[in-house]
Amino acid sequence: MAGAATSNRQRSKIAPYLMILPALVYLGIFFVVPFYSLARTSLSSSGGSVYLPTLDFNWDFANYFEAFSHYQDQIIRSFVYATTATLLCLLLAFPLAYVIAFKAGRYKNLILGLVILPFFVTFLIRTIAWKTILADDGWVVGALGSIGLLPSEGRLLSTSWAVIGGLTYNWIIFMILPLYVSLEKIDPRLIEASKDLYSTNRRSFTKVILPLAMPGVLAGSLLVFIPASGDFINADYLGSTQTTMIGNVIQKQFLVVKDYPAAAALSMVLMLIILVGVLLYTRALGTEDLV
Amino acid sequence: MTTQAMAEVGTAEPKKVKGTPRWGDVILRILAGLVLLYLFLPIFVIVLFSFNDPKGKFNYSWQGFTLKNWADPFKYPPLTDALKLSLNVAAVSTLVAIVLGSLVAVALVRQRFRGQTAVDTFLVIPLTAPEVVMGAALLTLFLDFGWEAGYTTIVISHIAFEISFIAMTVRARMRGFDWTLEDASMDLGASPTRTFFKVTLPLIVPGIVAAGMLSFALSLDDFIITYFVSGSTVTYPLYVNAAVKAAVPPQINVLATAILAISLLLLAVGTLYRRKRIEG
Repeated sequence: MAGAATSNRQRSKIAPYLMILPALVYLGIFFVVPFYSLARTSLSSSGGSVYLPTLDFNWDFANYFEAFSHYQDQIIRSFVYATTATLLCLLLAFPLAYVIAFKAGRYKNLILGLVILPFFVTFLIRTIAWKTILADDGWVVGALGSIGLLPSEGRLLSTSWAVIGGLTYNWIIFMILPLYVSLEKIDPRLIEASKDLYSTNRRSFTKVILPLAMPGVLAGSLLVFIPASGDFINADYLGSTQTTMIGNVIQKQFLVVKDYPAAAALSMVLMLIILVGVLLYTRALGTEDLV
Repeated sequence: MTTQAMAEVGTAEPKKVKGTPRWGDVILRILAGLVLLYLFLPIFVIVLFSFNDPKGKFNYSWQGFTLKNWADPFKYPPLTDALKLSLNVAAVSTLVAIVLGSLVAVALVRQRFRGQTAVDTFLVIPLTAPEVVMGAALLTLFLDFGWEAGYTTIVISHIAFEISFIAMTVRARMRGFDWTLEDASMDLGASPTRTFFKVTLPLIVPGIVAAGMLSFALSLDDFIITYFVSGSTVTYPLYVNAAVKAAVPPQINVLATAILAISLLLLAVGTLYRRKRIEG
């Protein structure tokens, strides 16, 4: 106790609370209260006239049933697209993160800089560039057509794969960085030790590298899956009316149709599903690896 | 096999190549190179199309090389105004969020208090909310308050998502510092305030600067939340989105390329400066 007394002697007990108070009050008003507003709106029903619409809070759970029954296609599609994009990110990011962590030598920082660089261009402009790349008269469609991978009238733009590709591209950075961080922490001597003990390459990958990279895999998966599942830009720019996601519906209901209760109920559904996943994740691993 | 292993025990050379077929390594490097190329593919297109001479309203297909877009980058005042507004929003919101976020980070790393874990978890939640939901929630709040959407609501919303990013980044940077320096300062008779300004602050400033740059970039790039709370105010990403529906001038590519080049320059200068400080 003596040591603790010395190091704490001049610190007042209220100091930490004064330091966290401004941010907590701010987040209280502009993060917690908005969710209360959202929840309340999701349980309200629209009333009044067309010219003077009103919202009446009356525990109207019908909004939730409608959200599920009207938009189940979009809800399912969002999760299928986001899951596929997350897996693709993992598949693409792993070799790159592995090479940066173990094989890059003195070029490590240079390659890391190169990996981050594309993300200095606005997200929307990057997505527009994909529109050009995947265009019907573009060279990608031409090349795939000439080697027979795409039928002569086949397209890439406005397909599910274009949307999934856009989601993958736009958030892959959030997979590469956490993967790199957890691979970087692995002591290379552990891999050597496994080889000294006659482990094959595959075995030392599955038994040594992969388990130690798991925090990065999980953090990266969440950081890709969450924004991808709520996105509406990729579906809007690269997709068609057949590829709309839950984000497109929320955006349209809020800003175009102005059916606030339905839009709020859909937002709550998206948020709750993600929240459950995140809580399970933080419970299992703590918050340290998330950022 | 056994004798070979025994023979190797005595040698000091690490057995790097043992059991590693060279071609596996080569394939891995090629894969990594291809992924890096994939990351840059749209960037090449963006830079290339800043030199395009589009025939119609949309800068989507290659028509011919020209320098005229670069000669007149500020041809469209609404685009320039939108960019200026975004820089303004990013600067103001980052400054506020830095103060609020850094205070929390310092308290979390340097102090022990009741409810610490709860505060920690609470700070992570805004990072896990999908942007579309956060934008929607803020919109319903502003509707409830009867606030008109515009510059103020954009800045308020940006601060709300930046605080957690800054707190987490600063906190991560502060781990592993030698905090006995603070005790030393106080042992030498400095007041807590003096210790904070003379010892603590200089230690955490590099982390705060890094977090501030990240937050600035996030604000500049934010589309989804801003889209919900902007009313008729047009930021840079909102201008780009409107352009996709109406007409995409090549100046969008020119300014994007310029921003990329400036970031690259800042990154290079920063790296050289740091290297010089370490060597000097």
